Amino acid sequence: MDITNLRFLFYGYSAAWLIVILFVLLLVRRGSRIDRELSRLKALLADRQR
Amino acid sequence: MREKAVYACAIAGIALMVWNLHTIFMGLPNDALQGFIFRIIFIHVPATIAAYCFYTVALVTSILFLARRNFVYDSISVACIEVATVLILVNLVTGSIWGRNQWGVWWAWDLRLTTQLMCFLLYLGYLLVRPAITEPTQRATLSAFIAIFAYADIPLVVMAIRLPNVRTQHPGPVLETGGLAPVYVAPFVIGIFVMLLIGTALILVRLQQESEQREIDSLRRELHAL
Repeated sequence: MDITNLRFLFYGYSAAWLIVILFVLLLVRRGSRIDRELSRLKALLADRQR
Repeated sequence: MREKAVYACAIAGIALMVWNLHTIFMGLPNDALQGFIFRIIFIHVPATIAAYCFYTVALVTSILFLARRNFVYDSISVACIEVATVLILVNLVTGSIWGRNQWGVWWAWDLRLTTQLMCFLLYLGYLLVRPAITEPTQRATLSAFIAIFAYADIPLVVMAIRLPNVRTQHPGPVLETGGLAPVYVAPFVIGIFVMLLIGTALILVRLQQESEQREIDSLRRELHAL
């Protein structure tokens, strides 16, 4: 068994899933920022309309 | 409804992926020439095929936006392009790692590799230009033009290993030429479905965020008018 070959296969799959996981984390962070901003603006609008 | 679709796609994609990885690593024989590293094809190629499907959806929705001026099409375009660009990055990185092992270099300025890098950079440009334009109609119009222009690179990438007079270091097409042994076909096709399912789940999440962002824009306008 060629160990170098196996090591590069491991690097390939790890890199691929790392990229996808980083993107998912980015989506989660952006989602929570959007939710916070949305509730802040809704509260501000309700406050101004009162 | 959208939330249920996200969960359905994500769970189906992950379950199929786990089953497929088990087959790839435990059930398939090594390639006679490449050995273990050959298995990278099951993530490298499906990522690109799924990305091209999403870029095609983005092309259609960009044209529809220019024709109908409906912002839903713009949201679909940006969601598809963002996810597809991540998949192209996966393709470039896994390809580079494979190249280092098989060719001894991380990168070669080969026609296929260069056009694929161009594809990544063109769509990255799309994603970087968008936040710089604040006016929504202007942003969506310019984005649609960039998406249509960037798509012109995809036929070049596809044809780069199929043109008769072009010498390329990249392996030739395997599916239509029968270069892939029958035992590898099923995991390969399942790999494409996995990428499409996981990609669709991510696109649906992005679409939800885009519609919330539009709500934020309209609330800001309302507040400004008060």
